[in-house]
Amino acid sequence: MIGLEHYLTVAAALFVIGIFGIFLNRKNVIVILMSIELMLLAVNINLVAFSSFSEDLVGQVFTMFVLTVAAAEAAIGLAILVVFFRNRGSIEVEDVNVMKG
Amino acid sequence: MTSVDFQTLLPEILLSGYALAALMFGVYTTKDKMAVALVWATAGLFVALALYIGVRGTGERLVFNGLFVDDPFARFAKVTILLSAAAVLVMGQDYMSRRDLLRFEYPILVALSVVGMMVMVSAADLMTLYMGLELQSLALYVVASLRRDSAKSSEAGLKYFVLGALSSGLLLYGASLVYGYAGTTQFAGILSTVQDGVPLGLLFGLVFMLAGLAFKVSAAPFHMWTPDVYEGSPTPVTAFFATAPKVAAMALIARLVQDAFGGVPGQWGQVLAGLAVASMALGAVAAIGQKDIKRLMAYSSIAHMGYALIGVAVGTAYGIQATLIYMAIYVTMNIGTFAFILSLERNGRPVSDIASLNQFAKAEPLKALAMLVLLFSLAGVPPMLGFFGKFYVLKAAVDAGMTWLALVGAVASVIGAFYYLRLVYFMYFGAEQEPAESRMAPVQWVMLMAVAAIMVLGVINLFGIEGPAKIAADALVL
Repeated sequence: MIGLEHYLTVAAALFVIGIFGIFLNRKNVIVILMSIELMLLAVNINLVAFSSFSEDLVGQVFTMFVLTVAAAEAAIGLAILVVFFRNRGSIEVEDVNVMKG
Repeated sequence: MTSVDFQTLLPEILLSGYALAALMFGVYTTKDKMAVALVWATAGLFVALALYIGVRGTGERLVFNGLFVDDPFARFAKVTILLSAAAVLVMGQDYMSRRDLLRFEYPILVALSVVGMMVMVSAADLMTLYMGLELQSLALYVVASLRRDSAKSSEAGLKYFVLGALSSGLLLYGASLVYGYAGTTQFAGILSTVQDGVPLGLLFGLVFMLAGLAFKVSAAPFHMWTPDVYEGSPTPVTAFFATAPKVAAMALIARLVQDAFGGVPGQWGQVLAGLAVASMALGAVAAIGQKDIKRLMAYSSIAHMGYALIGVAVGTAYGIQATLIYMAIYVTMNIGTFAFILSLERNGRPVSDIASLNQFAKAEPLKALAMLVLLFSLAGVPPMLGFFGKFYVLKAAVDAGMTWLALVGAVASVIGAFYYLRLVYFMYFGAEQEPAESRMAPVQWVMLMAVAAIMVLGVINLFGIEGPAKIAADALVL
């Protein structure tokens, strides 16, 4: 029997993979966008699992909002990435270095 | 019931409707030729809405089945947000027109992000909180990379986007845990759940949400995007980042910890106090080595957020009042300071390195004097208004028995005074060299002088801001 904790574990694992994907990735900004998507989807698993096990629909409504926002976020991220590529001719993470923060 | 719902939401609906209509208008007619008019129209609408919200009745209304709340706290924050956004819009118009940056999308994106901020401060539910925050952030990512042909600006946009999306992810993961362990997304429901003990999952959720929000107010240790984004964005956009979004995010933190977790201040007070200490210390120390004024203002805003967080961390109504007063003073100071920074140029090109201030007082004594007042106020030197902001939050900390927090704040403010005074030193006694020119549009001049005057004259009664701030704080804290 698959219980709530199984879903939460999967979601937590995906979320952590997403965070590590952002910080450990040395290659390419597209991978960062994928990692962000992974984090948001992990949250969705959490929300749907909680919603289903507590028999409360609000969590699934929340998921719909998150999906919509994730789509908008990906669109804006790619648009900014295109602008960046036009200026620098590269989307390597190592090349995001004009300013040292 | 529905008509009350929509009436309460009227300012937000009007502003979103305006933004969409202006976008259609701009796309189908004149494109960038109307941009100047759009800037002024947007700023005018902001001021009108601020007046409307300011005079619109009293009391608290919870509408849309408990998704959205309109109370004195939200109204105070909304008026501050709208007025500061209007000031920043008109102040940057001349700068952007002259550098061919003023696209008609700019005022529209600012209007959309302001809608997001208004929703944030009125959130009474995790979903409202998230949607408001994202509407604000998505518009801000775009304005950060507004200068499409500049490597710096697009890099600033990219960095802001990646770290902003990460922080949204953290916040959302926290929100999902809070929902799961409280069984509801409504703040009122969460508040009644935590009355009988806080489960571990709920605590995790709270910490994740606070971390996500700390990113948005750029509190250390979640500040790393701030200096780069401030430096890379066009200066009017930097001025915008430093004002309205900070008020909204700070108000959102206060709203979340008081409305949803107000019963258990022990669980979040220490976290916020830790963030406050880290921000004050980092803001004071890291700004010393900076050579760029915009980067310096980034560290300055990190330090200021630390002070504002003290008021939220102590968890009393007096603390919230202190934070509201502090944020109002902070945005006013920043508007004046950025009006000055916007005007600095050499041979028609904007400059922002600190060395360009050398001997500035000889060329422009009046502007240098106004800037001196502002820098003293930012540093918290009495009798400028900035001192009273710091005094309020430190007093709130002492009253709540967190004397150590007040002591750290006082020490950090002394260290921080060094780099503000260093700017004054450069302006008056710097190395002999040709100072940068300061070309100001009338609006910028008025902003700079008015803010400097406010910093001096405000000591009389803080322009009566205490009363509304107290009403707002009492409405938030039970």
